[in-house]
Amino acid sequence: MKLRGLRLDSHKSRPLERPIRVVPPPATLVLALDQGSGEDALPVVRPGDSVRTGSVVAAASGAAAALHSPVSGTVREIAVRPTPRGASRCIVIENDGRDDPVAPAAPVDWRAMEGTALIEHVAAAGTAGLGGAAFPSATKLALARAADAELLLLNGAECEPWICCDAALMRERAADVVLGAQVMLAASGAQRCLIAIEDDKPEAIAAIQSAARAATDERIEVRVLPAVFPLGAEGPLVAAVTGREVPHDGWPPQVGVVCQNVGTAAAVARLVQDGRPVTTRIVTVTGSGVKQPANVEACIGTPVGELVAACGGYTAEGARRIAGGSLTGRSLAGDDVPVTKGVNCILLATDADLPARAAEMPCIRCGDCATVCPAGLLPQQLHVAARSDDSAALARFGLSACIECGCCDYVCPSAIPLTVRFRAARERQHLADLERRRAREAKARYERHQRRLAEQAEAEREAFDDARRRARGPDSGGR
Amino acid sequence: MDAALAQPPHVIAGFTVPRVMFQVLGALLPVLAVQIHLFGLRPLLLVAVAAIVALACEALALHLRQRSVRPSLRDGSVLVTAALLALAVPPTLPLWQLALGATVAVLLAKHAYGGLGQNPFNPAMVGYAVLLVSFPLEMTRWPAPGGAWDAMTGATALDTLRTGLRQSYTMQEIQAGPAFGHIGATGGEWINLAALAGGLYLLARRIVRWHIPLAMLAGIAVPAALFHVFDPGAHASASFHLAAGATMLGAFFIATDPVSAATSDRGRLVYGAGIGLLTWIIRAWGAFPDGVAFAVLIMNLAVPLIDRYTVPRIYGHSG
Repeated sequence: MKLRGLRLDSHKSRPLERPIRVVPPPATLVLALDQGSGEDALPVVRPGDSVRTGSVVAAASGAAAALHSPVSGTVREIAVRPTPRGASRCIVIENDGRDDPVAPAAPVDWRAMEGTALIEHVAAAGTAGLGGAAFPSATKLALARAADAELLLLNGAECEPWICCDAALMRERAADVVLGAQVMLAASGAQRCLIAIEDDKPEAIAAIQSAARAATDERIEVRVLPAVFPLGAEGPLVAAVTGREVPHDGWPPQVGVVCQNVGTAAAVARLVQDGRPVTTRIVTVTGSGVKQPANVEACIGTPVGELVAACGGYTAEGARRIAGGSLTGRSLAGDDVPVTKGVNCILLATDADLPARAAEMPCIRCGDCATVCPAGLLPQQLHVAARSDDSAALARFGLSACIECGCCDYVCPSAIPLTVRFRAARERQHLADLERRRAREAKARYERHQRRLAEQAEAEREAFDDARRRARGPDSGGR
Repeated sequence: MDAALAQPPHVIAGFTVPRVMFQVLGALLPVLAVQIHLFGLRPLLLVAVAAIVALACEALALHLRQRSVRPSLRDGSVLVTAALLALAVPPTLPLWQLALGATVAVLLAKHAYGGLGQNPFNPAMVGYAVLLVSFPLEMTRWPAPGGAWDAMTGATALDTLRTGLRQSYTMQEIQAGPAFGHIGATGGEWINLAALAGGLYLLARRIVRWHIPLAMLAGIAVPAALFHVFDPGAHASASFHLAAGATMLGAFFIATDPVSAATSDRGRLVYGAGIGLLTWIIRAWGAFPDGVAFAVLIMNLAVPLIDRYTVPRIYGHSG
């Protein structure tokens, strides 16, 4: 598989000039039930309940990991609030400032534990993909175990411009990353671990290499990759490191790989060190819209505005707020939006950082988009298919393989918003599928109903015939 | 859209269609320079007339189609069409005929199909083909290099070759004639060299990619070389074909028009090779002296089919 993508200005150096700062827990925390995976966790507290630091407030459900309170205090309400993904139900907690833990810190004796028991620990701690997807890590580890995956692939590529929380983590807490790798090797049953880092992060590479040497674990190695966006996305990463492709309808464990983010590994390390669940994460706060760009460690649920305040506040120029990087980040409605496990970066971008798009022009089929598409698609053809909403053509040109990285938009000389169109087309296809399935089910229901009515009528007729035969008496048969 | 809630990606590179088009125009300058050197200032006049007519037609079409006129006029695409047409026709062509060709190219080949990005056929080549079938004499007489533009005109090297072979002259006799230069046609070989230089610039600037030019040149050179080896008396060499007619202009500037070309890398190889092969076939056996225009138009017809069968393999999908 050819590596396709973009070589971009990284814009990562300014936040990395300073060490990671810890943001104190705010007075009010907003814990989104959807931490970034698109699915809600199930709340287990009610308004008025008191919670302690580390107590479970929402249970895991499908693609949502469990959620814990980062502070002690009181649940004020459970209500829909703006979140990085739009809006979702959130548990709002008033911090009492006492930081009263639900259980004393206690290390986990992970070396003595079975893999499955370790996976349960990881699940109970609410560990989710801190790279941005916030998918439950334990589910991935369990899939890897079931599929006998041989390779644990730790993703420290961090390919998207502006985001550098993983780079900061690897520089400052390399030992945590390596310990987390060891724990996840034990949990997944994989034989070796590659930590993939792009070559624009020499300090992180050196730090991880020396931590791996210090741990004297030969199973763990650093794999240096070229700095190409979107190499840090799961599919392209697996292809770049192993040469294998994740099947379009499958998971990485099917090709012997389990991917985890380096931040997730560090979270697992803290879990085994003192038994604490995931209640904080490192977030890059950057862009020309903030006075002192930095990486901060903040409680999940901290409003974005508090992060900006911890970095010296806003600069004079007005700035757009984006959760994530310049290519795939989501625009935020305001600065009361809370940090979730999936928020790796808050980009406060001025017009100088992200110039406005030129006006859209017609597609000239130049094919520049196809040369950068990491999924090997022909965006120029998908564009035509999406415009006419031709589902057969959308399927033939592989809409479902689009990872929405935005590379095609980036190079398009006609400034066509391709990614937006593809997402919309996908949503329309999804709705149409749903509609078709409903229609099919309704038809089946109707047919069953008709059959039942017919059977009932048949039974009634037979009963009637029987009754008539009986009424005519025994001699009726001889007529 | 509200900029504050814009959709990702939030930044794009800012390569623009006008920038692409003006680079192409820039890359055509060597061809124009060589033509001016060979034929005097007349080629420049042709380019100017074609450009003015094409711009006027573009403005008219946009006005009739109720589109905003200015951004489309500024995108430069219509200038590329005009320049290609003006540089492909003989400099002696009457101006009104050139104007007619430019009008057909812009109004019929481009805007009748929906304007920029929608035309299935290369507009410049539609204009050229219409002129060729309408005014065959004017379209096939090129001036002798160096002379005043109307001093003497003669058949092109490709034309001389074709008629000479039909009249049973030997290849040596034919190629001793004044229309032949060192490797290709007199003058024509320099025009081809200039087009090659402009084409290499476009390749270096990644305005065009290598697939179509290389496939087209191979599509001409491979059959030409094979037939020349087995029957040198009846077939000119590959180097002659590469340096004669509109070979290089076609390979780098005409066949590479992305709108009317196949769109995947593999598709472009098929498309380019098809144009090359058809060009050579028309030159070797056809009724017209040069085949580039018709080869391009025929392969334009085949583009939907080529695109259908050359969809690249998608990540995570086998086969």
